Amino acid sequence: MKMGDISYRIKVPLMFTLVILITASVVTLALTWRAYEELREEVFNNAVEIGSVLSNSLPNAMLHDDLWGAYRLVQAAEGWSGETSSRLLVVLDKDGRIYVSNRPKELAVTTPLRAHGAELARVEAEVLRLTGDLGPRPYEYPNDQRLYVILPMLSDGVAMGTLVIGYDRALFWPRFIAIVERVVVSALLVTVLLLPFGWYLGNRMVKPLGHLANCMSKVGRGSNEEITCDLRQGKDEIGRLGTSFQQMLGELDEKERLESGMLASERLAAVGRLAAGVAHEINNPLGGMLNALNTFRRYSETDALGRETFDLIERGLQQIRETVSALLVEANPRSHSLSPKDVNDVRMLLLADVSRKQIRLDWRNCLEGDVALPSTPIRQVLINLSLNAVQASPEGGAVHCLVENRENRLCLSVVNEGPNISREQKLSLFEPFSESATGNGLGLWVTYQLVHQLEGNIEVKSRGGRTQFVVELPIKET
Amino acid sequence: MACLLMAGNLLASSEKTYRIGLTAVILTDQTSFLKEWQDYLSNSLQRPVQFIQRQTYEEVTDLLLGGDLDAAWICGFPYVRNREQLKLLAVPLFNGEPLYRSYLIVPTTDSVSQGIVDLKGKVFAYSDPNSNSGFLYPQVSMIREGLEPKHFFSKTFFAWAHRDVVKAVADGVAQGGAVDGYVWETLSRHEPALTAGTRLVSKSPLFGFPPLVVRRDISPANFSALRNALLKMASVTEGRRLLQRLNLDGFTEGEDSLYDGVAESVRILEGAQ
Repeated sequence: MKMGDISYRIKVPLMFTLVILITASVVTLALTWRAYEELREEVFNNAVEIGSVLSNSLPNAMLHDDLWGAYRLVQAAEGWSGETSSRLLVVLDKDGRIYVSNRPKELAVTTPLRAHGAELARVEAEVLRLTGDLGPRPYEYPNDQRLYVILPMLSDGVAMGTLVIGYDRALFWPRFIAIVERVVVSALLVTVLLLPFGWYLGNRMVKPLGHLANCMSKVGRGSNEEITCDLRQGKDEIGRLGTSFQQMLGELDEKERLESGMLASERLAAVGRLAAGVAHEINNPLGGMLNALNTFRRYSETDALGRETFDLIERGLQQIRETVSALLVEANPRSHSLSPKDVNDVRMLLLADVSRKQIRLDWRNCLEGDVALPSTPIRQVLINLSLNAVQASPEGGAVHCLVENRENRLCLSVVNEGPNISREQKLSLFEPFSESATGNGLGLWVTYQLVHQLEGNIEVKSRGGRTQFVVELPIKET
Repeated sequence: MACLLMAGNLLASSEKTYRIGLTAVILTDQTSFLKEWQDYLSNSLQRPVQFIQRQTYEEVTDLLLGGDLDAAWICGFPYVRNREQLKLLAVPLFNGEPLYRSYLIVPTTDSVSQGIVDLKGKVFAYSDPNSNSGFLYPQVSMIREGLEPKHFFSKTFFAWAHRDVVKAVADGVAQGGAVDGYVWETLSRHEPALTAGTRLVSKSPLFGFPPLVVRRDISPANFSALRNALLKMASVTEGRRLLQRLNLDGFTEGEDSLYDGVAESVRILEGAQ
């Protein structure tokens, strides 16, 4: 398992533990070092103290070759410390031979110090090397059993011999162990206290991230509007991430909406051009055919069957002309300005269907005077949308219509409670003869064409049992 | 200690006090015992008694000869040397006899040495240069073996007390030592841990026990008073208790001939020098 595969819920407490461990190690190291330094200093001070106490009597005993006296002094000096077993006192004569020691059994009187192992041989060499030096000095060699302090024993400024005091390094162990114990206990305590906190922090950190990851996996698999990602908003990293994510979702939505809108309007424009072209091409011969038929009927004698046939042909051609002219929508700018009465007329037209389906019609006409827009195409748009709404609405449902003049724009809003329009349906909603359309399939096409000719736009929102068409038309100052 | 001595001096000036010198021929570090014995003697003599101690035999002998002491418990060696000026007051009875021996001891770690000749080149502890058992006898026995006492050992030193010789040998400071047999035996009762560190290698022939002596010019009244007080101890309960502490059976008048052996040793030593 790679580090990257482990959840932060585990990684964060692990990191806590690691940090605690590292801290504990560093603290142990520092304290140990300090304790060791202290011990060395203590040892040196202790040795100097012993040396100063013995500095009168011991050289005197050596001067008089009073071995027993010297031994008693050394023994007494040993007795001052509680840890008698750890301290070694050796008095060397001028040649580095043992004059007396506090361990006569191991370090026999008159034997040379070097005869007692490599460690003491080094001490002897050190003593002899610095014979001229009359001050006390520490001596230490790596991995030796003891730390040494070398103190020349002077009688009237002349060195009678040397007192060597050795302190067992093992003295240091209890202190070291005490330090380690203390640090380990503290570290454990801190770990025990901090682990749940680390767990909590890890969880807290990971929760929004996990949530975000879930949200992101949904992006592109459906409508972005359905993604609700309640990330904490704030100024920290996660808060900013949440804000950015929401912003990104919004932008994605907007982009998608724009793209689909553009696509739809391009298609509609193309269809419009095609329809206009086809209508034009059809209208010319159609006009000629109708004229020819008219002329022929006026100036020729035909029997009943012939007249019937020509009537039939004329009606068929008329129907073609109507259909074609319906495709070739043209807003007539010459109609009078839209007045509140025009809007109310549309309501009157609806009432029959509304009462038949027992629909509640919420009609809000907020116009207070004439609006500088041609009334005919707007009436047409309003009729188309509201009739559609009534048709789509289930029995006993409600239809809301709102017409208002809002900052130089005329807004029409029609809402029904019929079944929602699917995404696929929306794509071809305004196309003529679209599969999903009811009736002749030209109602929304005409509406769209009219709105565009008036330089407005139309939008549809269909969600949660509500379908709303909103038309916005700019009012031009005349 | 200084106060005690001063008090002693004051007493001496006001009323005649018996001043008795003690040396390391006995275990002089038993201060409480010595106090009891001092009180006992004061009581017995109806006069104050004061024990005087010095580091060496020589100092005590000099004090006695110089008239600062009325009596002293010294070794047979200084007694023989100063026999013209001193006479026996009483001789202790050890194991029923006024006799003792010198012991040659080594540390228990040395299980090989069988005599002083085996200690060549070793460190040797004497007790006092004026001790028969702790110096004179071992010197003479080496001379008798044809050895040169001054160069036989690698190093010698004086521990100034028999007890310290035992300690020096037990601690390993010295690899051999000469000690008063009576002191060693008594120590083995009082401080068995100390003598357990030593091994008895050889015993000397019998010598006269270190005696209590006085100057020849002592008044007969004092002499007999002191002697009687000592001789009487074995017959009194308190005296017997004190003697038991000393590991002695009592005191006897003693014969000068007891010290012929010591005198012989002195002659040999002086002859060798």
